[in-house]
Amino acid sequence: MLEQTVEIVANVRAADLYFQLVVRAPGIAPLVQPGQFAHVRIPSLKAALLRRPFSIYQVNGDTFSLLYKTVGQGTAALARMLPGEVLNVIAPLGRGFTVPRDDAALPLLIAGGYGMAALYLLAQRSPRPGIVFVGGRRRADILCVAEFAALGWEVRIATEDGSHGEKGLVTQPLLAAIRQPAPPGRHFRLFACGPTPMLHAVGQIAQEFNLPAELSMDTHMCCGIGACLTCVIPVKSGDGWAYQRVCTDGPVFNAQELLWTIPPAPPVPVAPSNPLPPLPALDSPGSGEKRLTADRERQGSRDIQGEVSS
Amino acid sequence: MNLAVNIGQLRMPNPVTVASGTFGYGIEYSPLLDLNQLGAVTVKGIRLHPVRGNPPPRTAEVTSGLLNAIGLQGPGVDGFIQKYWPFLRELRVPTIINIWGTTVEEYAEVARRFDTLEGVGALELNVSCPNIKEGGAQFGTDSRLLSRVVAACRRVTTLPLITKLSPNVPSIAPFAQAAAEAGSDGLSITNSFPAMAIDIETRRPRLANVTGGLTGPCIKPMAVKLVWEAARAVKIPIIGMGGIQSAADAIEFMMAGATAVAVGTANFYEPQTALQILAALRQFMERKGIVDVKEIVGAVQTDH
Repeated sequence: MLEQTVEIVANVRAADLYFQLVVRAPGIAPLVQPGQFAHVRIPSLKAALLRRPFSIYQVNGDTFSLLYKTVGQGTAALARMLPGEVLNVIAPLGRGFTVPRDDAALPLLIAGGYGMAALYLLAQRSPRPGIVFVGGRRRADILCVAEFAALGWEVRIATEDGSHGEKGLVTQPLLAAIRQPAPPGRHFRLFACGPTPMLHAVGQIAQEFNLPAELSMDTHMCCGIGACLTCVIPVKSGDGWAYQRVCTDGPVFNAQELLWTIPPAPPVPVAPSNPLPPLPALDSPGSGEKRLTADRERQGSRDIQGEVSS
Repeated sequence: MNLAVNIGQLRMPNPVTVASGTFGYGIEYSPLLDLNQLGAVTVKGIRLHPVRGNPPPRTAEVTSGLLNAIGLQGPGVDGFIQKYWPFLRELRVPTIINIWGTTVEEYAEVARRFDTLEGVGALELNVSCPNIKEGGAQFGTDSRLLSRVVAACRRVTTLPLITKLSPNVPSIAPFAQAAAEAGSDGLSITNSFPAMAIDIETRRPRLANVTGGLTGPCIKPMAVKLVWEAARAVKIPIIGMGGIQSAADAIEFMMAGATAVAVGTANFYEPQTALQILAALRQFMERKGIVDVKEIVGAVQTDH
């Protein structure tokens, strides 16, 4: 992770409300792993304080790019920035996807809208092409098809209004594919980025078919580096559960770790007033809880807080 | 040029620290800045036992501010010592450990545990978190309870004690005096202000906890006033905080009477803030011919 002031190389409309931002970041670009994100300070926002998180889309030499949708004041201000202007970014952040190491994996990528951005590097760095399933509300939400096709990947499209590809949710073509046996000697591995309901559905499908799945989670984010504990989600831990930080423990989690709903919250444990319970020895193991933290508007499928009021 | 200040026996090499809860346990920020340049590192609040914290959403961005209800999630004393102390004890600058409890006895027990830990700079007593039902705020809004908490901790430790006062009181002076008389070596002023935000599309509060604490630049003038009022009421040093994001903000707090300052919410959006403030503070002193930073403390000129 580095904090750098980077120069905008390009900031162009990719389609409809979607823009692609390219920045020159020589220290950062070579470090980027698939599924990681950048935390961007948008200089013209004075009263909206926080950085905005965006999935890193492509890396090319000393540049990297972001794909974002203009949905609120932060992304609208970003869309007005010009080449030659500078931005402060902290990147690369988070734990990304596990890139398949061998030819045996048949990666199935599932994207909702600009969730495609978070999956591009994974596709590019996988040893063998697989299939990418992309869904959206309408034709204009289907992005990056040519880019994935250029990597030799098969792209299957679903739109809710039927204006592009199959009519319906992206999970339909996914289900159709995994109901067929994988080619001999190969096994399916699922990777997904998109809105939470889509991720939940993919997680359930993975469980039903007993397939490994890695999901890039989307939450409100604040500091992006694990300190503030905003972006927590409930994750299985030992025989119980704990909040983990999407920004540093994720954003990518194994589907079987996730709880999706928060178990009934026990009250904050209250110490008996007197006497105090015996204290564990100083060198006793901790609570088993992981290092926890917090986060926000990561985009790649993300778009969030502070963005509703523009 | 002298930048060093003392909060009781705590010697800070410069007057700029970070506010508890906005800097994790220091280690999270270590890839981005040299922690040894700070006046002190102040860590997130710790109670005796691990705390899970509140359900998300835990923060909401508001105009020039941040609303939070994290719920003091933390590893407890043992977890903190095991996971974070090995890193913190190696720093050359002091660590201020923020502690809290749900009873007077628990505060004292946590203080006692840290008293036995080699190398702690100071303890900051959090009596002002608005987001915990059973603890924190009640001790900060009842001056007799506040006295009991401070006195109980004072009895079990010789570490410098800094009491972090709540802004949620009709007048801060009696609370500042109560803390000082009970043995507090310094005061932190102030914590977040109770607040709320609503999503008008969904009609839901923007925090799962419904209400939270407001921080960031929008609270700064209120916090400056509290520091000024407390500084007139007590002689013990004050660490001023509330929306600081520039050297000018920091100097304002110091002129109001703060001996040191803490950068809070700004750490979340600009991790370099504390170090940028320090550099600009030096420039300000040079420009004004100030040789000791203590000359700024309480330098505001009023007609009363």
